[in-house]
Amino acid sequence: MTETLHNLVLGFSVALSPPILLYAFVGCVVGTLVGVLPGVGPLAGISLLLPATFGLDATRAIVMLAGIYYGAMYGGSTTSILMRIPGEAASVMTCIDGYAMARKGRAGAALAIAAVGSYVAGTVSVVALMLLAPPLASFALRFGPPEYFALLVLGLLVLAYMSSGSMLRALAMATLGLLLGMIGIDQMTGYFRYSYGVVELGDGIGVVPVAVGLFGLAEILATAGLPAPPPVLRPTLRELLPTRQEWRDAAWPIGRGTVLGFLIGIVPGSAHIIASFVSYALERKLSKRPEEFGQGAVAGVAGPESANNSATSGAFVPMLALGVPSGPIPAVMLAAMMVHGVSPGPLLIKQQPELFWGFIASMYVGNVVLLILNLPLVGVFVNILRVPYPILYPSILAFCILGVYAVNGSVVDVWIMLLMGAFGYLLRKLGFETAPIVLGVVLAPMIEMALRQSLAMSDGQYAIFLERPISATLLGVGLVLITLGLKPLVTRSLDWRARLALAEKGDEHR
Amino acid sequence: MTTDRVAGAALVVLALVVFWESRGLPLGGLRNPGPAYLPVALALVLLGFGALLVALGKGAPAVSSLGWTEWRHAVAIFVVCAFAALALERLGFRVTIALSLAFLLRVVERQGSIFSAVLSVAFAAGAFLLFDTFLRVPLPRGPLGL
Repeated sequence: MTETLHNLVLGFSVALSPPILLYAFVGCVVGTLVGVLPGVGPLAGISLLLPATFGLDATRAIVMLAGIYYGAMYGGSTTSILMRIPGEAASVMTCIDGYAMARKGRAGAALAIAAVGSYVAGTVSVVALMLLAPPLASFALRFGPPEYFALLVLGLLVLAYMSSGSMLRALAMATLGLLLGMIGIDQMTGYFRYSYGVVELGDGIGVVPVAVGLFGLAEILATAGLPAPPPVLRPTLRELLPTRQEWRDAAWPIGRGTVLGFLIGIVPGSAHIIASFVSYALERKLSKRPEEFGQGAVAGVAGPESANNSATSGAFVPMLALGVPSGPIPAVMLAAMMVHGVSPGPLLIKQQPELFWGFIASMYVGNVVLLILNLPLVGVFVNILRVPYPILYPSILAFCILGVYAVNGSVVDVWIMLLMGAFGYLLRKLGFETAPIVLGVVLAPMIEMALRQSLAMSDGQYAIFLERPISATLLGVGLVLITLGLKPLVTRSLDWRARLALAEKGDEHR
Repeated sequence: MTTDRVAGAALVVLALVVFWESRGLPLGGLRNPGPAYLPVALALVLLGFGALLVALGKGAPAVSSLGWTEWRHAVAIFVVCAFAALALERLGFRVTIALSLAFLLRVVERQGSIFSAVLSVAFAAGAFLLFDTFLRVPLPRGPLGL
């Protein structure tokens, strides 16, 4: 412990030097700008700006990239809250209640809670990363394809069980998302599936066009032509800050989201996306007022935002401790470190303590810089809502097109966004939730790969999922959730979701 | 006809389309799944969910009770997006976005001509400058370099 603290002091002496602080600041500003653009999230932001760091020494480059990463994460939340455009799949859940808060005149509070939640989660998870990296990394390595498959299936079931309305509808939407995720080249055999000669579909349907279409474009299609468009909001300075009650409502979700996100984040894959979905579902389940979710619940912003940030720090555990990237963002960071002649792994801490602890300290510094930078900017961002909707929505639309195109430089993505927008509009009219579709699209390729790898490992024996303790436990929990979900059908009683639906119906009639 | 029944029927049709479209792909077996295995299994599940929605959807709201007052706007916006998708690489980012914005502001939202023109051109040029020039996000320029 003393050694860790001594090393951390060493790290801070590196991270707090003026030139390093300047690079952290520049990284946060650029990251926020890039993150505001839908589609260009942290992954694309770091990838695009990686060449800009080639001329810097390793410490400065890593600090700047960490700043870009944190900035981009926060920038994505801003568009989710103000415009209902998820910058990436992990921001989808923030769209739901963040945007509802904004429409109720609480955009400033939502942005501040997202910033503070992200800061707390980021800082706490870096402490955990520092102390727990080696033992947690060895646990993460016990996740093979069967465990991964079980975890992904459980993620879908948790979302379906805890979503409002019927579990049947949520499961149907998740299945639809999984089917959409099947489009593209089969990774095991190389067969093109359902791509009809469109080469761009070989890589499958991107998550960003699907999320922006289902959320951003569908919102515009449904709202722009209403007889009474959304009112222009002119929040006063006082209204920009969360009230005492809102802070109180956010405190526990931030704490739970931080722990949950970190634990899920260690597991390889798109864990930060699953973490934000599971956190939202958990907060709704634990809330004394679940009917507020979807209508601007503070916990619906605080929980997923914290979980999302915490999970991405958790994802650095296997990368730093073992040199194994557990997802796309750590992979790009790993590449960045290798470009600068640094090889993460067990020897990094011993061979280059200045860099390792400088990186850890720069994550603290990045979080603080981002908070200092963004809290005063909340007032600036909220001014967007002062623009009348008939003028605002064409600009948002242009922004969606720009962001979706920028991901791959492909017009096919714009077409996918357009189709998903029309589809989302119809589903919204029919009263279906669209979030499970996004999760399905994200998980489909991973689930399929994990299933087929597991079967290859076991020579086609499905018993492999039950013989391994972690996967058996995860599938057991999933089975319990299905049983609980089906119980009302058998007993003809109302479960919490049915009661919630009835309460919402009552609100509509009032 | 209720919303759940309409949605359920649509899901059943979609599942049948997936079955039909999967006929050219190797299915494999239970122990060694082929490329069509999981899509067909998922389509089967979707078919089941769709059928259940149709069977249990009696109590859902009637489709006729849904308000469609905004459909003209929705169609106009959809058409503008389709134009943007078609024109983006042919005319370039700035021209396409400026034309799309101008149409939405002037024709659909009936804003003033000068205001619409200025805002459209300024937004297209500003977005291009920020993202393409400063942040190096490559955007299409079209045949005239615009």
